[in-house]
Amino acid sequence: MSEAPADALLRVEDLHVSFATEDGVVRAVDGITYQVQRGRTLGIVGESGSGKTVASLTTLGLTRSKRSSISGRVLFEGRDLLALPEAELRAIRGNEIAMIFQDPLSSLHPFYRVGAQLIEAIRVHRDVSAKQARTRAIELLGLVGIPDPQRRVDEYPHEFSGGMRQRAMIAMGLANEPKLLIADEPTTALDVTVQAQILALLERLQRELGMAIVIITHDLGVVAEMADDVAVMYAGRIVETASAASLFADPEHPYTWGLLKSIPTLAGSREEDLLPIPGTPPSLIRPPSGCHFHPRCPYAQPDHSRIDPKLEPLTGDPAHHVACLLAPDLRRRLWAELQAGRMPEQALAAVGLQGEPS
Amino acid sequence: MSTEGGAQPPPALVREDHDGPQQRAPTGEPLVEVRDLVKHFPITRGIVVQRSIGAVRAVDGVSFDVARGETLGIVGETGCGKSTTARLMMRLLDATSGEVRFEGQDITRLRGARLKALRRDMQMIFQDPYSSLNPRKTVGSIIGEPFAIHGLEQGAGGRKRAVQELMETVGLNPEHYNRYPHEFSGGQRQRIGVARALALKPKLLIADEPVSALDVSIQAQVLNLLRDLQRSFGLTVVFIAHDLSVVRHMCDRVAVMYLGKIVEIGGGDALYGFPRHPYTGALLAAVPVADPGVPRRERALLSGDVPSPANPPSACRFHTRCPKAQDLCKTEEPQLREQDTGTRAACHFPLSHEEVVQIGVRSAG
Repeated sequence: MSEAPADALLRVEDLHVSFATEDGVVRAVDGITYQVQRGRTLGIVGESGSGKTVASLTTLGLTRSKRSSISGRVLFEGRDLLALPEAELRAIRGNEIAMIFQDPLSSLHPFYRVGAQLIEAIRVHRDVSAKQARTRAIELLGLVGIPDPQRRVDEYPHEFSGGMRQRAMIAMGLANEPKLLIADEPTTALDVTVQAQILALLERLQRELGMAIVIITHDLGVVAEMADDVAVMYAGRIVETASAASLFADPEHPYTWGLLKSIPTLAGSREEDLLPIPGTPPSLIRPPSGCHFHPRCPYAQPDHSRIDPKLEPLTGDPAHHVACLLAPDLRRRLWAELQAGRMPEQALAAVGLQGEPS
Repeated sequence: MSTEGGAQPPPALVREDHDGPQQRAPTGEPLVEVRDLVKHFPITRGIVVQRSIGAVRAVDGVSFDVARGETLGIVGETGCGKSTTARLMMRLLDATSGEVRFEGQDITRLRGARLKALRRDMQMIFQDPYSSLNPRKTVGSIIGEPFAIHGLEQGAGGRKRAVQELMETVGLNPEHYNRYPHEFSGGQRQRIGVARALALKPKLLIADEPVSALDVSIQAQVLNLLRDLQRSFGLTVVFIAHDLSVVRHMCDRVAVMYLGKIVEIGGGDALYGFPRHPYTGALLAAVPVADPGVPRRERALLSGDVPSPANPPSACRFHTRCPKAQDLCKTEEPQLREQDTGTRAACHFPLSHEEVVQIGVRSAG
């Protein structure tokens, strides 16, 4: 993603976010670069603490505080959001860029009617009468598939089911027809049939309104169904990014392999054991030296603890970037071995490598 | 990771599910028999004088067997009664009516010493590895507590040795015996929970959403551990989860619950490959698949939300959301009946195999 096509809606460049805590400086986001095209969906995948949420909150200026330090650029239609004063940023937030969160119950105010909260979201950015805003609120609730919106608009959040609350959150996000919607684990708190409804709703709204979506999730299934492009984050960095088709068909990074091989599938063979990623995610206060993934990587070589890999395009597929120190042909052979059902140690032996004794 | 095609034996040959009072599993007497189990939680009004104004029918007439050595999965959405069923089996809740027979003995009315003795034989692993461990106790005393309660491994040295062996079995470093729960990660805490559950060598292990609080890479570690332990100790496991892929991976047989009832139960292959109840089909069709290469078929989405268990729909409880519902479904409650695939489904108009493919079940055989 080194070349910047003119039509990129959002372009994040070398973003660093760190927080001063009692235990030390947490480097939550450690130099990430990505972009989102108009009308497309970017999926950001990673586990707890990978920095995927902090990166998105920073886009909206929601991590600004005395204890945080932020560097890099976040270009939205060419304007650097990081450099904007709070007042100007507020005009963009909820208007041109909207965000929906994982837990709809704690993101809606329990004391106010759903309608009142929607009306507020509209009137903050639009000079319309309360009556016009209310008509718009009812229209929005209808748009996101809430039955009987005339009546529902006057109910409180606790009267809504989990799925309906998330629909109401989406309605609020859409209130001002944003160009970009950031959805942070929008379906994680929902049951699988409701999740399917919400994902279908997001896809329909994107088609109808032409907005771009950044969907942040730990669920590879959700990414595969929703995203055009995918960025995989680990320990504050993007380790691999590609089109969804290319990422799932030819993943290049051992961490991506680990994620794909550690999820059971509906149709997979029961006899096959899952291949978990050994160990646990690293501390972001004292991240590992060199490649951040090397302590958990079964294929790490001695020098991987010293050299810091850069996110670089593949020769065959310039849209596919990976930050891995293994040689490209070696990676391809390792992945082929894993796909054939071999364990990581067997795959290593088959390509004539030795693992780093840990 | 392809899910498509592949020749499968005709559905009629894939018979493996036997349960119910008349059809015992051929491998001898089941370890647990649940019969017509009911749990209603009263809804009360008033502060001093409480009047009952209704009931949440959390579990409403559930029957199934758990054979020795098998892993039975219970799946369903929030509020379907799967966790209540588990708590009733553990006697953490008292049933409103019905029976749970453990090794032939009805345990729903056991008290005192006999109940305590029973608790040695059944243990539970909980969802949240943070709230299910006492933060003020060391790992050694948490895992050793079952020994203390039942007066086993009395000598301090013997108990420590036993606990450290358990820690080793579940992949924890035995040197961490004196550490506190906050010093461990989520996955390690869940291992502590597993070690505690295994301390008394139970005959039955009930795991209630054991991995849903964990990250994917850690989830796989715990699932592999549970599977290894199940194999090496010959444990009988009841595995409760909302994640259908995880249940598929872990379980021999699967029961699907909806609003306090079992709507379909059967062998994993048959249930996932040839679901017969429209709710099973809808659940399976809703699971997102981590493979963008799979052609996106129009999926039949269920509309609306799960109705309130305080006031469930009449007759078949799924009729308000079922694409195949007819008048009969509103008046007559369907019973669990043997299907051509070997599962048992409670449906008047079960899915045909063409319909299963049509609604977009990606695991369809």
